[in-house]
Amino acid sequence: MAKNKYFVEIKSIDDLPTMAKTMGSMMVNETGSWRNVYPVVDKDACTRCGICWKFCPDVVVSEDADGYPVFNLDYCKGCGVCANECPKSCIAMIEEGK
Amino acid sequence: MKKVLTGNHAVSYGAMIARAEVVAAYPITPQTQIVEKLSEMCADGDLDARFIKVESEHSAMAACIGASASGARAFTATSSQGLALMDEMLHWASHARLPIVMANINRSLGPPWTIWTDQNDTISRRDTGWIQFYCESNQEVIDTMIMAFKIAEQVKLPAFLTLDSFYISHTSEAEELPNQKLVDEYLSKYQAETDLDPTKGSPAYGSLTTDQWYFELQIKMQRAMEQAYDIILKENDLFEKMFGRSYLPVEGYRTDDADYVVFVSGTIASTIKDAIDRARENGIKVGSAKVRLFRPFPKAMIREMAKGRKRLGVIDRNISYGSEGAFFTEIKGALYSQSEHPEIHGFIAGLGGRDVTVDSAYEMIRLVVETSPEKDINWQGAKL
Repeated sequence: MAKNKYFVEIKSIDDLPTMAKTMGSMMVNETGSWRNVYPVVDKDACTRCGICWKFCPDVVVSEDADGYPVFNLDYCKGCGVCANECPKSCIAMIEEGK
Repeated sequence: MKKVLTGNHAVSYGAMIARAEVVAAYPITPQTQIVEKLSEMCADGDLDARFIKVESEHSAMAACIGASASGARAFTATSSQGLALMDEMLHWASHARLPIVMANINRSLGPPWTIWTDQNDTISRRDTGWIQFYCESNQEVIDTMIMAFKIAEQVKLPAFLTLDSFYISHTSEAEELPNQKLVDEYLSKYQAETDLDPTKGSPAYGSLTTDQWYFELQIKMQRAMEQAYDIILKENDLFEKMFGRSYLPVEGYRTDDADYVVFVSGTIASTIKDAIDRARENGIKVGSAKVRLFRPFPKAMIREMAKGRKRLGVIDRNISYGSEGAFFTEIKGALYSQSEHPEIHGFIAGLGGRDVTVDSAYEMIRLVVETSPEKDINWQGAKL
């Protein structure tokens, strides 16, 4: 993950924002680093129904030129909701590093 | 322009002339007319706002939080059990420092099921971090709607105003509908500090904060509340200059030369004026003081009002079970640091909408004038 250019050091109450917020937008706070499993789709079984796209709580599913799901791993937290909801059970959750 | 409006419709018109941009609300007796009117206004194009239908009060406040964080002027209204259901989100709104405005009809909490007035629904939301105004009349309601947005947006804290169920909510009064051009001059478009568009670089709000900085963020909330007190006075001055009406946090009635003062809030503040007049005719030097602001609590004005009096009284239309009336506690607390400690009577009256009549107000005045307090709760108008 690239170093967050929005990072500021907070030393006293005067440096604090009015309300707690992330340093920089979610474009730089890549929550994919929380993940320990990641989704892999079996294109032979996938019917391109879009249910994984619909259910993803982090909106990381988009589709490729042929309409198959693509997962944005910069933000995917590996929750497995897509794999659970897939009517064809064609999404596998694979352990990171394996 | 004069208009005959119920208290509920005064809220709706207040939201309209304050140009609320998002309204998310769930109907509940006795607040329903507010929401009905606002949905009509949105449908008819009289109010250029997005009306969001929600499935609960919790969702209503959640929608207002999202709307406010994205930079819109957000408004909702509720009552009693609805406010209780909203509770988690009330804390969220204030901790996130979002200037949402809400109207709450003071309705007693059940069970037993009830729709009539007392203040326990809002008094029990004391520590949510919301500014709290208690209104006495329909005119005060519509004027407070306009001021509440301006105050809330400056200190970045949410604010609610309360209306006594039926005594205000369903009672029609002729009131001055503030001129739209003047209101626009007084209250300009909300300039939010926050946005929710990540492509514009907007951050995520409310993220995990450990003991390293949570404490300081709480101090910032308290500082904002303290600042709110000064801004309430400043904005009231400006409002008076522009619209000719004034609403001080503590408002005395015939108190200038009074030896005795009785503190009240809500519609009892109107009733007691007749009783004060009767006592004055009988030669008793007594006055009443309406406490309109509960958070931030107007300690300085309470101290000023209490100064030099022989004895004080507080009438609460609420109860903190196991203790006493809430205003009674607050007023005693404000006076403790002072060198003078006049005796104070604590009355609880009108729970569950029980009528507080001029006669019962007069009896409370008589007790303040003639007797020393013997207990922390003196039930008035109860069948004991």
